[in-house]
Amino acid sequence: MSDHRSAEPRTTNRITVARAVAWRSVHNFLNNPAFLVPALMFPLFFFVSFAGGLAAIGDVPGFDFPSGYTAFQFVFVLLQSAAFGGVFTGFAMARDFETGFGRRYMLAAGHRSGIVLGYALAALVRAFITWAVLTTVAVVAGMEVGGSGGEIVALYLLAIFVNLAATLWSAGVALRVRSIQGGPLMQFPTFLILFLAPVYVPLSLLTGWIHAVASINPITALLEAGRGFISGDPTVVLLAFAVAFALPLLFALWAKAGLRRAEAAG
Amino acid sequence: MSATPVTGSLATQVGQLAHRSILRTLRQPAQIVPAIVFPLFLLAVNSGGLKDATQLPGFPTDSYLTFILAVPFIQGALFSVMNSGTDLARDIETGFLNRLALTPLRGAALLSGLLAGAFVLGVVQAVAYLAVGLIAGAELAAGAAGGLVLVALSVTITVAFGTIGLFAALRFGSGEAVQGLFPVFFVFLFLSAMALPLDLLTTSWFHAIASVNPVTYLLEAIRSLLIEGWNVGQLALGFGIAAAIGALGMTAASSALKTRLVRT
Repeated sequence: MSDHRSAEPRTTNRITVARAVAWRSVHNFLNNPAFLVPALMFPLFFFVSFAGGLAAIGDVPGFDFPSGYTAFQFVFVLLQSAAFGGVFTGFAMARDFETGFGRRYMLAAGHRSGIVLGYALAALVRAFITWAVLTTVAVVAGMEVGGSGGEIVALYLLAIFVNLAATLWSAGVALRVRSIQGGPLMQFPTFLILFLAPVYVPLSLLTGWIHAVASINPITALLEAGRGFISGDPTVVLLAFAVAFALPLLFALWAKAGLRRAEAAG
Repeated sequence: MSATPVTGSLATQVGQLAHRSILRTLRQPAQIVPAIVFPLFLLAVNSGGLKDATQLPGFPTDSYLTFILAVPFIQGALFSVMNSGTDLARDIETGFLNRLALTPLRGAALLSGLLAGAFVLGVVQAVAYLAVGLIAGAELAAGAAGGLVLVALSVTITVAFGTIGLFAALRFGSGEAVQGLFPVFFVFLFLSAMALPLDLLTTSWFHAIASVNPVTYLLEAIRSLLIEGWNVGQLALGFGIAAAIGALGMTAASSALKTRLVRT
């Protein structure tokens, strides 16, 4: 009898759990225009608004970015879409827990960390789709790319780390709140840290309180490195990758503690 | 029966619904706080990050804070689309509108009353944005009287945008659908002369879109009070566009209300 019980279909392999969760999440994303359209349109609107509407900022004295203002803003929008891809996946996770689907995941999965891994994989797939559209639009719009193939890969690698960090941050919130009402808690800090970086002009042109805040904001290193990669003039690479590795590690601990809280809640 | 003036009856109906709408708005900090805090946060970030734009030849002021202070007024108005629409959608979803339909309430009273919440929120927002802007060092070239006109213009825009929220709620009957409209309206703000004056939009296609985008002229009307002083032409255009949006929104909402009441 006990042998029969142990044979019950509880998915024990972490990768199998992750694949199942990721597949469902990506399927929902692709089949629901309410999820797909904003994920694609938001970064495009930001890109069009910043690169098109602020092009004259490239003529400000002291602004000396070799690939032009479109490429300068592309890097910000790429990293922003990476972060918000993670946040939107956190929304999906919160909704799953609110509707009770998350509890069913918890019951079925032998290795529950596979659930978080699954959402992280889904977030990455969502981000790749968004980046494909965004990059195509940017290239068609005439964005100048001065970086080599390797440098461009490094740029997208940074974006992957940002996506992972944002997903783990949002997962930690979703697992604690277990309701879509936790959405602002995922979104607002992400928005805050992104916009307190040198979004419109390089750090050297910022003055006052925004310069002080941007100087200690870890996102600044990611932005500066990304802009260096796209213009073929790499800068602060080591610092950027140190930040890129550290953020997902930090938020993995946050998500893991959230998972324990969700388990304890039953 | 004929002794009861029609206008009095309408005023009573509007008054009761307006009272409910105002209380409902004031009792929901989740509606008020983001509508004030979020635009002020962007004001702080943009005024710091884009300060160097004032060095561009032809920029109309040496204070970017003064220039960008017009934006929170429009962002705040966008929140009224969400708030008024979501409130009405909730009335539809909970069946409250159906119960109202059983009373002799007039459609005009319902729509006007529902906008009272947007009106009050508009006043609170406008005063908060102006006060924070002036404390932070923005200029108000039109003086104290200009401040009053600015608040009036801002409230007119907020109420006008609120009619679109009512239309969306009546048309779709779902709070989620109204929420989904938020990014759509943000596009209008993004594709306007939000961050730079129209003359300094050097990308030709962007300039063309911003030139026909009514939000550009709403921003310019607010900016005229902050930067120039009294520019009657721009103010008239701003009030005119806001009134036109309000009239279109009310017409569309009235039509959608009739359709919805026929359905129920």
